[in-house]
Amino acid sequence: MLGLFDPVARSFLLLLVTAVDRVLTPIQRRVGIDRMGYIFVLPNLLIFGIFVLFPMLLNFYYAMTGGTKLFPADRPFVGLGNFENLFDCEDFLSPNSCQEDLFWRGIFNTIQYVILQVSGIVLFSLATALVLNRRIVARGFFRSVFFYPVLLSPVVVALIWKWVLQHEGVLNAIVEIFGGESRRWLLDTNWAMFWVVFVSVWALMGFYTLILLAGLQSIPPELYEASSIDGANTWQDFRFVTLPLLMPTMFVVLVLSLIRAVQMFDHIFVLTGGGPGTRTQLMVQYIYTTGFSNQIQLFGLSAAASMVLGISLLILTLLQLRVGNQSSLA
Amino acid sequence: MRKVLAYLVILVLLASALPAMAQDMTELRIRWYNDGNEGEVLRDLLDRFEADNPDISVEIDTVPYSAILENLPLDLAAGEGPDMARVTDLGGLAQYYLDMTPYLSDPAYWEDNFGPFLNWKRLGDDDSSIPGFMTQLTITGPFINRTLFEQAGIDVPSDMSDSVTWEEWAAASIAVAETLEIPYPMAMDRSGHRFAGPAISMGAQYFDDMGHPTVMDEGFRNMAELFVNWHLDGTMHPEMWPLSEGYAGANEEFANAELVFYMSGSWQVGQFSEQIGDAFDWQTVPNPCGPGGCTGMPGGAALVGIGATEHPEEVTRVMEYLASQEVLGEFAARTLFIPAHAGLSASGVDFDTDLQLAKDSLGVFVGQVGTLEQTAFDLQAYAYNRNVFNATRDRLTQAMVGELTLDEAIERIQDDVDTALAEVSG
Repeated sequence: MLGLFDPVARSFLLLLVTAVDRVLTPIQRRVGIDRMGYIFVLPNLLIFGIFVLFPMLLNFYYAMTGGTKLFPADRPFVGLGNFENLFDCEDFLSPNSCQEDLFWRGIFNTIQYVILQVSGIVLFSLATALVLNRRIVARGFFRSVFFYPVLLSPVVVALIWKWVLQHEGVLNAIVEIFGGESRRWLLDTNWAMFWVVFVSVWALMGFYTLILLAGLQSIPPELYEASSIDGANTWQDFRFVTLPLLMPTMFVVLVLSLIRAVQMFDHIFVLTGGGPGTRTQLMVQYIYTTGFSNQIQLFGLSAAASMVLGISLLILTLLQLRVGNQSSLA
Repeated sequence: MRKVLAYLVILVLLASALPAMAQDMTELRIRWYNDGNEGEVLRDLLDRFEADNPDISVEIDTVPYSAILENLPLDLAAGEGPDMARVTDLGGLAQYYLDMTPYLSDPAYWEDNFGPFLNWKRLGDDDSSIPGFMTQLTITGPFINRTLFEQAGIDVPSDMSDSVTWEEWAAASIAVAETLEIPYPMAMDRSGHRFAGPAISMGAQYFDDMGHPTVMDEGFRNMAELFVNWHLDGTMHPEMWPLSEGYAGANEEFANAELVFYMSGSWQVGQFSEQIGDAFDWQTVPNPCGPGGCTGMPGGAALVGIGATEHPEEVTRVMEYLASQEVLGEFAARTLFIPAHAGLSASGVDFDTDLQLAKDSLGVFVGQVGTLEQTAFDLQAYAYNRNVFNATRDRLTQAMVGELTLDEAIERIQDDVDTALAEVSG
C-alpha cells in the first residue's frame, strides 16, 4: 500500500496539486476569492441543471401546451387549459362529476394509500427496530431477514405476492386448511387496497427499520441508566427517553416514506394493474397511462398532472418540515 | 523465422482490411415481438439472406409486445428507432413509415399481392405508398375445448347450427363448466379489438354518418350489457378484465383445460399447437351471431420500413426478400400464420404441422374471412382505432367493478374518444 510519504505517491499528489493550481489560480484572479465557492459547486450544479432542472422546466412547458406532437416546438400553447381540464369538476368529492374522472380517482386513491402505507411503515418499522435493538437470540439473522425484501426488485416482490394472493394461491390454501372459504383477494374492492398497502409495507419497511435502528443505537445508554435510577418502567423509558431522542430519525423516516408513497407505481402496477377497475390506481399510473400507454398520447395533460403531483408533494414536505421544526423547538 | 514474419504480414493486412470491410457492411435493425416461433423462423430466413447479401447484416431486437405499443411510438416521434419494425397499430404509426416505392424493383407485385391491406398502413389521402407487408392476417374468433363438452355430455352448439348466438354459447359453456367443475366457462382477451367483433355482430355501427367513431348505439350497448353481466355472474373469467392493466389473455387457463370457451384469434394456433398439441381436442368455432351478423375482427401485424432509416435501399432489399411469395410462404407455413398475400391465398399454404387440430383451426379461421362485416374492415382500417379499443376496454372494466353504471361507461368511452381526437386535430 502506498503511504503518504511514499516518494511515488508524493510525486503524484504534487503533480495533481500543481495541475489544479494551474487551472484554478487564473480563475481566482479573474473572479476573486469570494466567488470561488461558485466555481467549486459549478460541476455539480451543471449536472443538476441538465438532469433535474431542465427536465422540470421542460415538463412545465409541456403542461402549457396541447396536441399530440412530441417536440416542444411543434406543440400549440394552451396556457392553463390542461389544468382547467384537470380541475373541471361539478363536485370535487365525486370523481364521476369531473371531466378527468380518472385523475380524481387517482388523487383519492393516493391519499388513502399514503395515509395507510406511511402509518404502517412508521409503526411496523419502529416496532421492528425496537425488537431488533434488544439482545435477542439470532439478532443478526433477524436484522438480515427484515432487510432482505428491500434488496428484491419491486417486480419480483409483486409477482411473489400475486402468486400468494391469487385464487388458487398459497393464502387461500392456508385459509381452506383452517376451514375458511377461499376468496379472490385482489378482486374484492375492499381487500385490494389493503393488500397493496400490505405488500409495499412488507417490501419497504426493512430500509426504514435500519434507519430507526441506527437512531436507537445513537441514544446514550447513560440516559436509560439514569431513568432506571429514577424508577422508570419500560413504557416510561420509551415514552420519555427513546421517543423524544428518536424523533429526528422518525421525522426522516416520515419524510422519506411519504415521498416514496406518493410516487408509488411499480408494486401496484404489477400486483393489480391499478384494479379492480381503478380501485388501486394512483396518480403516477394516471400520469403514465395518459402520457404514454394510450394510442393518442396526451403529453400536456400528463405533464400538468405530474406538476400537480409535484406541487402537492412539495407542500406536504414543507408542512412536515415546519411541524418538525416546531416540535423540535418545543 | 521467415514463415513467422509472413504470417505476421498476413495478419496485419487482414487486421487493416477489417475496418474497411466493416465500413462496407450495412447493419439494419428490426424491432420485433413474438407470439410464437416467428422470431426463430425470421432469424433463419434472414441468415439465408445475409449469406446471399454479405453487404447487409440484419439484427432482430426482440421486445415485449407492450414495448411495440408504448415505446416504439415515442422512439419514432423522436426521430429514432429501428430501420424496420413489426407493428400492429398499422394506421396509427403510418406517419413514420418509409415509402419504399422508389426503391422497389417491382411495385406492381406489392400492389397485386398486398393491395387490400396496404390501405391499413396509409394515412389520410395517401393511396399509393408502399411501407411494408403484413406478416400475418389475423381473424378474431373463439376456441373451445371440445373434450370438455364430450366429457360433460353436452352438445357443441356449432355442430347443430350454423348461426349460434352469444347467449347460446354462454349457456352451453356454463353447463359444461358446472358439470365438470371447471373454473371458467368463458373468457375474452382483454382488448377492445376482441370486443369489437361481438359488438358488431350485435349491431354496433362504430361510425356515425360523418365517419366519426361512435359507440352510442343500441348494438354496442347490448353487447356491453351482456359482457358486463357475464363478468358479474361468473360466466366470464372474473379476474382477467377487472384485474389487469392493458392487454391480458387467458392462454394458460385454456391450455390447462380450466376454460371452456376462449374468444381470442388466429395467432394463437401456433402457440396452442406447441403448448397443448393433442393433449385434448381444441377447436376453433365460427364467430357467434347476433342481429348484426356473425363477425370477428380482421387484423394482423405488418413489417414496415421506418422513414428515419439511413439505409432505405438496403431496407427495401430486405423487405423484397421477405415479402417474396416463396419466402413469405415458408414463413406462413412454419409459423402457422394466415398469410395476407393474394398469391399465397390463391395457391394455398401447406402448413408445417402434423397436428390435424391446428390445420382444422386454421381452416375455420380462413373460412371466417368471408363472414366479416364491412364495419369490421372499416374499423380495422381506421387510423385511431386503438383509441376506441382502449377506451372500451378501460371503461367497461370500470362498469364491471361498479365504479360506473353501464350508461356512464358508454358515455365515458365516447368522451375519451372525442377528447383524444380533438387533441389530434387541434
